[in-house]
Amino acid sequence: MHQEYTVVEGDFVNAGKASSSVKKTLKQLNVNPQVVKRVVVALYEAEVNAIAHAYGGKVLVDIDADKIKMVVADKGPGIPDIALAMQEGYSTARPEVRDMGFGAGMGLPNMQKNVDKLNVTSEVGVGTTVEMEVAF
Amino acid sequence: MTLQEIATRIGATVVLGAEHLDEEVEHAFASDLMSDVLTLKDTPLLVTGLCNIQTIRTCDMANLQAVLFVRNKRPSDDMIELAEDNDMVLLCSEYSMFKTCGLLWDMGIKPLY
Ligand SMILES: Nc1ncnc2c1ncn2[C@@H]1O[C@H](COP(=O)(O)OP(=O)(O)O)[C@@H](O)[C@H]1O
Ligand SMILES: [Mg+2]
Repeated sequence: MHQEYTVVEGDFVNAGKASSSVKKTLKQLNVNPQVVKRVVVALYEAEVNAIAHAYGGKVLVDIDADKIKMVVADKGPGIPDIALAMQEGYSTARPEVRDMGFGAGMGLPNMQKNVDKLNVTSEVGVGTTVEMEVAF
Repeated sequence: MTLQEIATRIGATVVLGAEHLDEEVEHAFASDLMSDVLTLKDTPLLVTGLCNIQTIRTCDMANLQAVLFVRNKRPSDDMIELAEDNDMVLLCSEYSMFKTCGLLWDMGIKPLY
């Protein structure tokens, strides 16, 4: 099953729509609720990042019998030092992002903790792609 | 302790979910940082001063069913609508975070950590 969503820069009101929709789909497929939570927490953080730190992008979701693959690909400034960005507490978030309850530098670490596979690739001045996989 | 007992003792207004007030609460977690709420394995009552749509989205992702907003923060209509879709309970207290948490503690509500 393939699903696609668009995320828009600065559109905090809709941050989490893709994750919400994926949650409903996985529930319908009777995926273990603990696994569903791991999936949607990671995807939500990735969505927030595309909205908060980049100029929006696409969320691509592929679900099959034994796993889910998620790709969040944005157009944006990119991440110059991915290892640094992965460190808990590192954040360049604007005050606006903090006002939404994010921007404490926990997003990428939260993704890492919840998924089985995480791959972040980024080109400065072009954008960032976050690929995640969770086995059911 | 039920949500109803909590609402009564701290004089909180029930904004949404009057039909779920008989649900039991054992634990609470207080934070304005949604990334931190997203790390929880359990599903406590969330006590927060962050009153925007991301509060409700976070509860959706983390399976939290009840939120107690402090300091007279009032959820907006679109927050209430989204919370309703998720069968949530929304309570509002006029007290500060500190006082609200103190009262919850006195009632025997336990921390997660
Ligand atoms: N999609 C992205 N585009 C550009 N920079 C990003 C992106 N995602 C993360 N970053 C960078 O990595 C940092 C850490 O991200 P994260 O762990 O999610 O914490 P936070 O979002 O709270 O800052 C961000 O502050 C930002 O500098
Ligand atoms: Mg983030």
